[in-house]
Amino acid sequence: MQHTLRQVFRSGKFIVGFSILMTILLIVIIYPWVVRHPPLQIIGQGTFFPPGIYVNVYDAIHAPTLYTLNLEDAAANRIGNKLRQEDRVAMKEWLVAFGVPEDEIDIDDTEKLLALWEANYNPDLRLPGMTFARHRYFQRVNASIDGLLSTEPAIIAAPNSETGALEQKALIRQTDYANVDEVANVRILALGTDNFGRDVLTQLVAATAVSLVIGLVAGLIATTIGLTLGLLAGYIGGLVDDVLMFFTNLFTVIPTFVLLILISFSIGQDKRGAITIAMVIGFTSWVWTARAVRSQVLSLRNRDHVNLSKLSGHSVPRIILVDILPYIASYVVMAFILQVSSGILAEAGLSILGLGPRTTETPTLGLMMNWAMIYQAHILGKWWAYLPVLVTIALVSFSMNLMNTGLDQVFNPALRD
Amino acid sequence: MLEVRDLSTKYVTRYKEDVYAVDRVSLKIEEGKTLGIAGESGCGKSTLALSLMGYYFPPLHYISGEIIIDGQNITGMKPDEVRKSILGKEIAYIPQAAMNALNPTRKVIDFIGDVIRAHDPTWTKQMIYDHARALFERLGLPAEVLQKYPVELSGGMKQRTVIAVAVTLTPKVLIADEPSSALDVTSQKMVIKMLRDMMESGFIKAMIFITHELPLLYNVADDIMVMYAGQIVERGTAKQTVFDPLHPYSKGLMGSILVPESGLRSAKLTAIPGAPPNLKNPPPGCRFADRCKYVKPECRVTSVPLYEVGHGRAYRCILPEEELRRAYEHGE
Amino acid sequence: MVNKGNPCLSGRGVTKIFGFGRHKTIAVDHVDFDFHEGEIVSIVGESGSGKTTLAKMLLGLISVTEGEIYFQGKKRDLSSGRKKQEYWRNIQAIFQDPFSSYNIFHKIDSVLLDCIRMRGGGNLPREKKVEMMTEACSFVNLKFAELTNKYPFELSGGQMQRLMIARIFLLKPKILVADEPTSMIDACSRATILDYLMKLRNETGMTLIFITHDIGLAYYVSDTIYIMEHGRFVESGSADDVILYPKHPYTRRLISDVPKIYEEWDLSTV
Repeated sequence: MQHTLRQVFRSGKFIVGFSILMTILLIVIIYPWVVRHPPLQIIGQGTFFPPGIYVNVYDAIHAPTLYTLNLEDAAANRIGNKLRQEDRVAMKEWLVAFGVPEDEIDIDDTEKLLALWEANYNPDLRLPGMTFARHRYFQRVNASIDGLLSTEPAIIAAPNSETGALEQKALIRQTDYANVDEVANVRILALGTDNFGRDVLTQLVAATAVSLVIGLVAGLIATTIGLTLGLLAGYIGGLVDDVLMFFTNLFTVIPTFVLLILISFSIGQDKRGAITIAMVIGFTSWVWTARAVRSQVLSLRNRDHVNLSKLSGHSVPRIILVDILPYIASYVVMAFILQVSSGILAEAGLSILGLGPRTTETPTLGLMMNWAMIYQAHILGKWWAYLPVLVTIALVSFSMNLMNTGLDQVFNPALRD
Repeated sequence: MLEVRDLSTKYVTRYKEDVYAVDRVSLKIEEGKTLGIAGESGCGKSTLALSLMGYYFPPLHYISGEIIIDGQNITGMKPDEVRKSILGKEIAYIPQAAMNALNPTRKVIDFIGDVIRAHDPTWTKQMIYDHARALFERLGLPAEVLQKYPVELSGGMKQRTVIAVAVTLTPKVLIADEPSSALDVTSQKMVIKMLRDMMESGFIKAMIFITHELPLLYNVADDIMVMYAGQIVERGTAKQTVFDPLHPYSKGLMGSILVPESGLRSAKLTAIPGAPPNLKNPPPGCRFADRCKYVKPECRVTSVPLYEVGHGRAYRCILPEEELRRAYEHGE
Repeated sequence: MVNKGNPCLSGRGVTKIFGFGRHKTIAVDHVDFDFHEGEIVSIVGESGSGKTTLAKMLLGLISVTEGEIYFQGKKRDLSSGRKKQEYWRNIQAIFQDPFSSYNIFHKIDSVLLDCIRMRGGGNLPREKKVEMMTEACSFVNLKFAELTNKYPFELSGGQMQRLMIARIFLLKPKILVADEPTSMIDACSRATILDYLMKLRNETGMTLIFITHDIGLAYYVSDTIYIMEHGRFVESGSADDVILYPKHPYTRRLISDVPKIYEEWDLSTV
């Protein structure tokens, strides 16, 4: 046993697969301890906020201390944030079309460019051949650069409770800074929010956990059924074998996924929890394990050590458990890993079709894909809503298949190099 | 026809350990002769067969020695060159259990076509078929077999077909490694008859026959070499080696022969206790010392050379011929 | 010719058929035999002759399709697990391939401990068991102290097969079926295995049934030889009669096809 384990952990492929899976598992376990947000809480008003650090503006203004930092590039950054290079080129284009001589325009000199713009731009004017969208674009640029060069502080005012007139409370100068640590509310949304305004990362971690559990439960059920039927059919043989194989063959010819869809559909949305789905997947995917185990047992049953065990007066259950099972254990472990991996994929497939677990309690990887698809994240280019999910599914199933290949190389002498 | 001088080869295992499987083996086969190599499993006889062809690929490595086939020294030839100009043409090899390694999806004629095309790709299908037909006729095999798949052939026929494929290019020397050990006695006899006929008609010039079954070897070979732990321990004519073995190991081997002949029931089988040494670090002295009844202290210290006793006879033991014979007569 | 004792294992019309209908194969076809107490019997046949199937029927590992097997004069009854266990106290086997005769996940001790348990010694103190195992191992010239706590793959083929004989030594059955016990073993160790089997038989007086394809081996060891072809016994009798004066053409062919060293091996008869 120890020897086998040592061999397994000498296989490069197994180690890589195992490390990936363990990393995912560790993240899934540790993350909820560190970030204690409910994964399905709707926090964003609006859909698909991009990834980033969200700083509460109200709290930033009311930070206990505002620090003064005289940074040289502050003004340039501020202008650059609103007036990008492509905007400058566009402005030049507008000005040239309006009749300003091209050599008078220097797009790198912000002050001069803005002065020219101020003097010439007419928001109501549509140049010939300009699309409506382009026209609106120039209006937006015009609005955003309004007051761009101003150096005046912003005024914070609050209405007087008696008169209702605004009273100046504080001035925010352009050199004022708040320390993010001192701002009361900062939320990191590393993967933004989804269509419902939920934190994608937190949701992804929770979904991975649920999907792994689904895979595990499905794999356990499938392997247990497959192993039991395979052992019985293979070892006892005769009529038992015929009956069991009849059922197995019956299940083989029915396309499993169609069966899965029909069962899921007939259970109904309300009763479909994650575990129910896992069980449905498990009960429909034991067939290949059963067939494979049976054929292995058939060849083992005639081995001399089994005959010798019989001659030593051991009972049938003991022979199956002691003289057969250990010989196919490596094979069963491999089949189990594949079952877990395909269980996760099956759940994803079902959920994409809208037949996954009910949506109110738990996220799963499949459900996240389903939501992203329904709300057209892929068309809108909101990559953070579906790409991380895809990568997670791929990583989980890749790591498991890699482990399986590694194990195969250890246990199958023909593949050993 | 084939001469080998002081050939040594080794295996390199996965853990980079050297296994010295063939240790300074010299042999010479005259035209028209069959050399038999006997020994237990793991004594290096199959490795010797591989090494004889001069075709080395990992894990088998060449250490030293010379191989001369029909006057042509092939020592130091590149594996590619050996494969193109030596294998199949000068020397052919039938590996152990080759008949079970045939690709089941191809016909017998395809195997022959492969052998021919590997050396001359210009042959047409018809030329190959005519050649194969003539070959099978010459070897006394039915031509229908050419169009059959391996699974359609019986064990004996499959093995004879494998031999036919191996000699497609009429090699001078044929090396047969346990060609009949997986067959029942009747098929075995057919295979042996075919090999003997090939030798007698001069189709092949010389043969090396490797087996652990001594009665078979006695009937096939003119000379017998006994191998133990990578070394030749005895060499002589078939009669000499079987009826008058000199080396204690050969004596033990001959004493384990079981043939259904009168007198067998009163004979006593000799057993050799123990197991051969590990060839990763062979003992410095005689490699048989640990299992030998007649072992002397000096046996374990210095390596024992192969003593020539004339007429091509040789043995590897420090005891004189006469003393050994006396010991076998009395000391049983 | 040895003095024949009482028949301890007999068969009348013993038949084994695998499969049904068109896929039916008759492996063993109505064979009759009488194996006597203390006798050494060989059943000789080529591969596919049904000799291993017959051996498994004798051992009660597979059922008999037709016919009856009599054990010590009484009809053999294997209808329950208890009766099977009782039968297996009397008949044991050594198989061809020592490498597949062991459960590779178990230490060697467990094989021998099983035997002690079968002989009703399951509750003996540990020291007594070790003593018994040591005795059994030394019978086949193995040292128990070196073997204990080892796994089968740490032994050589010859050692494994000797340990199988040690197992029989502990069980002391009335009948031993040896199915090609030396065919996977080097010539040098073969003599050792046969020697121990003979020694064991001389000590316990058990009936020894060899199943083999090696006609030389059969001739060397046995009192009585049965020649089997296509599931039938074509010839049987004392070893000298069958081998030196064969009557059936199949026996003659079999003997003439084996390479010899004293007589000429006639290759022209192929």
